Amino acid sequence: MIVGERKPLEEIIESLEGAEKVLVAGCGTCVAICMAGGEKEVGMLASELKMAAKLRDMKIEVSEATAQRQCDKEYLDTLKDDVKGKDVVISMACGIGVQYMALNYEPMRVVPAVNTDFLGANLDVGEWAEYCQSCGDCVLADTGGVCPIARCSKSLLNGPCGGSADGKCEIDPETECAWQLIYDRMKALGRLEKLTEIRPPRSWKTSRDGGPRRLVREDQKA
Amino acid sequence: MNDVKKGDFEPKIVAFACEYCSYTAADLAGSMRLQYPASVRIILIPCTGRMDAIMLLKALDEGADAVFVSGCQPGDCHFLRGNYRAKAMVPGVKKMLEEIGLDPDRVEFFHVAASEAQRWVEVVEEMTARARRLGPNPLRTGGGPEYGPLAEKKGGKEDGPRRQASA
Repeated sequence: MIVGERKPLEEIIESLEGAEKVLVAGCGTCVAICMAGGEKEVGMLASELKMAAKLRDMKIEVSEATAQRQCDKEYLDTLKDDVKGKDVVISMACGIGVQYMALNYEPMRVVPAVNTDFLGANLDVGEWAEYCQSCGDCVLADTGGVCPIARCSKSLLNGPCGGSADGKCEIDPETECAWQLIYDRMKALGRLEKLTEIRPPRSWKTSRDGGPRRLVREDQKA
Repeated sequence: MNDVKKGDFEPKIVAFACEYCSYTAADLAGSMRLQYPASVRIILIPCTGRMDAIMLLKALDEGADAVFVSGCQPGDCHFLRGNYRAKAMVPGVKKMLEEIGLDPDRVEFFHVAASEAQRWVEVVEEMTARARRLGPNPLRTGGGPEYGPLAEKKGGKEDGPRRQASA
């Protein structure tokens, strides 16, 4: 899922400059799961804003609403009545939701309340780690289900590098060496031989190097 | 504006007390005829694990001068980890209060077992003394921020930023 975290209150307040009627709009999917921008967090931010406004003599009226997803038009449409008449919408979705909200409710001023961090897995309660970099050309079949693009600090395709020591990466003793993980997994799978194959330099045009990406599924377009 | 002086007011304190421990301790304190400040309003909860940050924020937003959560002693939670969950939540709420402009000392977590009536009395006394030291909740009295960079501009705090008190 997309992992994000709430911005500091002060930054959100600054982005509201000049606004009197504000909607805090949550997203019920990824950011709700990672406890950054779901219905519960909407209630919390709205409450924080109301209290801060009272203390700072700011005249703002805060209302709350949450859509199941802010990256789908059908769900965004459910916020129509809530958005109406507002000066600013504070979107608690990821960067995708914020932009899609701004596009679908043009010319409404939409500001973010969440920093979108990465695509990750939920390792433990309150703990997430980056597992995918959406490079557009998945190599997991050959790396024992451990992604060298997202989880190796250098995104090496033929690792490990000389910075790997005791299973950890040289950038940080807490960071696991992805290539050590790949080696261990491939060994357990009895497929170590696969690692002797050298991967040639790959094309990164499916990743961000090819510019903003777009996917069109003709079979789905009717 | 703020016409109530620090120290000479009767604070309103909201206590979220676990049914299995602190609520029973409060009940026991009554049975034992122990005297303690009448400042506290106790809310019974089935377990402190039921607590959510929003409940603490709302209590302060609606004018409480201080609010605390009181749960079982470590290892004694009827639902295993409820007290740990609540205790872990409180520092996050303190951080939120700092951002809002309220003193983080207005929120606290305590462990009080069912048999610890005297401890319950001490906890209420401590929070009452703390609320008196901090003065009335500015959200109720119409005052400005009492914590953070904006507090100085408004002349809110007299004794500088405070440390986070330990439970």
